[in-house]
Amino acid sequence: MNIENSTSQQDKKTIRARLKTFLAPVPLIGWLLGIFGAVLVEYFLGDLISYYFGLPKIPVLFGFLTVLKKPLLMPGTIGYLALVYGVPILVIAKTLQKPANRIADFLDRGPVTVAAFVHLGLLYGALHFWADLSDYRLLVLKLTMIAIMLTLSINIINGYMGEFSCSHPGFMALGAYTASAITLLLFTDDKQFGIALLPAALGPYLFPLALIAGGIAAALGALVIAIPSFRTRGDYLAIISLAFLFIVKSVIENLEFVGGPRGMSSQPHYSTLPVVFIVMVLCIWIINNFVRSTMGKALNAVRDNELAAEAMTVNTRKTKIITFMFGAFWAGVAGGLFAHVLRYVNPGSFGIQRLAEILAMVYFGGLNSVTGSIVGAVSINVLGEALRPLEIYKWIIIPLLLIVVMLVRPTGLISFTEFKPKELMKPRHNREEGA
Amino acid sequence: MALLRVDNMTHYFGGLRAVHKYNLILEPGHIVGLIGPNGAGKTTIFNLISGIHTPTEGNIELGGSNLIGHHPHEIAAMGLGRTFQNLLLWRHMTVLDHVKMACYSQLEYGIWGAFFGSRHCHKEEKRITAKAMHLLETFDVARFSTQLAVSLPYGAQRRVEMARAMATNPKVLFLDEPTAGMTPDELNRMIAIIRKIHEEFNVAIFLIEHRLKFVMELCERIQTLVFGEVIAEGTPGEIKNNPQVIEAYLGKEDIH
Repeated sequence: MNIENSTSQQDKKTIRARLKTFLAPVPLIGWLLGIFGAVLVEYFLGDLISYYFGLPKIPVLFGFLTVLKKPLLMPGTIGYLALVYGVPILVIAKTLQKPANRIADFLDRGPVTVAAFVHLGLLYGALHFWADLSDYRLLVLKLTMIAIMLTLSINIINGYMGEFSCSHPGFMALGAYTASAITLLLFTDDKQFGIALLPAALGPYLFPLALIAGGIAAALGALVIAIPSFRTRGDYLAIISLAFLFIVKSVIENLEFVGGPRGMSSQPHYSTLPVVFIVMVLCIWIINNFVRSTMGKALNAVRDNELAAEAMTVNTRKTKIITFMFGAFWAGVAGGLFAHVLRYVNPGSFGIQRLAEILAMVYFGGLNSVTGSIVGAVSINVLGEALRPLEIYKWIIIPLLLIVVMLVRPTGLISFTEFKPKELMKPRHNREEGA
Repeated sequence: MALLRVDNMTHYFGGLRAVHKYNLILEPGHIVGLIGPNGAGKTTIFNLISGIHTPTEGNIELGGSNLIGHHPHEIAAMGLGRTFQNLLLWRHMTVLDHVKMACYSQLEYGIWGAFFGSRHCHKEEKRITAKAMHLLETFDVARFSTQLAVSLPYGAQRRVEMARAMATNPKVLFLDEPTAGMTPDELNRMIAIIRKIHEEFNVAIFLIEHRLKFVMELCERIQTLVFGEVIAEGTPGEIKNNPQVIEAYLGKEDIH
């Protein structure tokens, strides 16, 4: 909706404008209800509808995989998507517009936490039923949420503070290995650490502590970059951070007690959908709180002009340390979740390839923006999965897309904006209604 | 007792002597000007006092406490506000955020308050927002508060920078060429603004300026700096008629 329309097509513009005025009065909760409804339609009627459209099974990832493998199924897939997603979302959102606005109005008057819980609950419900239909969906969903955390956490360093840090996979590796080592040591009988030290039933409850330990390990690792950042900036710091990535990777490859190049496997299955979802929401919430506070905006001041920041009483060294440690912490937590989603880690998964992926997500989505990070992570991740049938061509299409975005919007799709959940959840009354 | 006191400050950049045995006594509520040709070391003196460089020799005291060896942000928080010759504004920040940012050292919430959006944090943010809006009104830029500072007209940018410096609660305000690039109209306005700051906030002001009219009108005392050394110091009248100053500015009389 952000893409500027070409100026020549007048009538197209009016259709868009009309559509906009038609849909504008639907509040966020209305859309969420629509999505929830659509997911329920698919959950209960998906098999039937896909049968009538001549599809072998429910299209897993919005039909991309089906169509790319068998292009002839395109009409059926489009019909399925329209009937299962398009129609229910539009119909429910539009018909429930008034009650939804009333609910939004009611929530708006109460504390913002309650409103957030209601919205997030609906969103989680929709995602839960959506992912329940196939294990592949579940995996993609979890990895996407982890990608959101990674993108947000690198946005703190690369976007909000404007240093080009290349060590994010390294932080992720530190978190993944620390969390895995803790859960393997304490809660599982495995070949690396021997028998479990604690009863396995405690595991899921202590898993957050393992994640936090992973985050702390990553944050301590970040000091290796934070301290040189007092004296160097820009390209030179980028090289230092790249060096850090390689150091972490080769250290892990050579540590036999964490499995060396073979890595560690059989982590307990703790990264369930609710766990990943809750951690992601916490991550977004805390990061968004921070970057909207004056203390967090000090990062922008340091980025835009360090000298002026110092002269205006901003403690730039403290700010830099906080930024690197905070960013690395969330990368470490995301790494811990990642290890427990795949239930396998090896040094190979934290190399340059992963770095390229993370950087692509953050620059595609937009610097200095929470919304941008979410959009970037979701789109690159889902696209990466959806274009999988194209095999090698996937790695031509996605980079090309990135180049196009960089040409049209040099700082990413949605950059330099503030994410205001309260505004987002507000009721959308029409002018005459609101009076 | 002097508010700001600089004793025998000398500074070398490598082998180059930038400042030589510089002395300054700034009493509360006074306005002192520093003039001199390009490259005389005026901005270096500003940077030395505000902690960006550490002087090779000498002593600096602000309100009785020593400034040598402190970081610039500590010195700023101790009560030394400053503006810059070439307007160091933050490119992606709004006018309001500029002024709020300068309240950084006055924030009473910690890092955890910022992470979890504590009630205390929200209260503090509200407090400094009110303070910042008040300052923006004082400097007549409140109507730009939600715009990016770099998108404002030049004169307004200067005033935003001044509001930002005042938000640090300075006892001493350093102004580095506040009228650089201004038209005569804007210059007169700037004189009025500086007078207003001086009266309303009761700060001592130390300023670098090229335009003699401006300095003569505002300052109670003027120092003339040439090649890092003060060659003359006195009231505007004394400076105006000092042959050494005239020589430094206009050259020797007997040109062959």
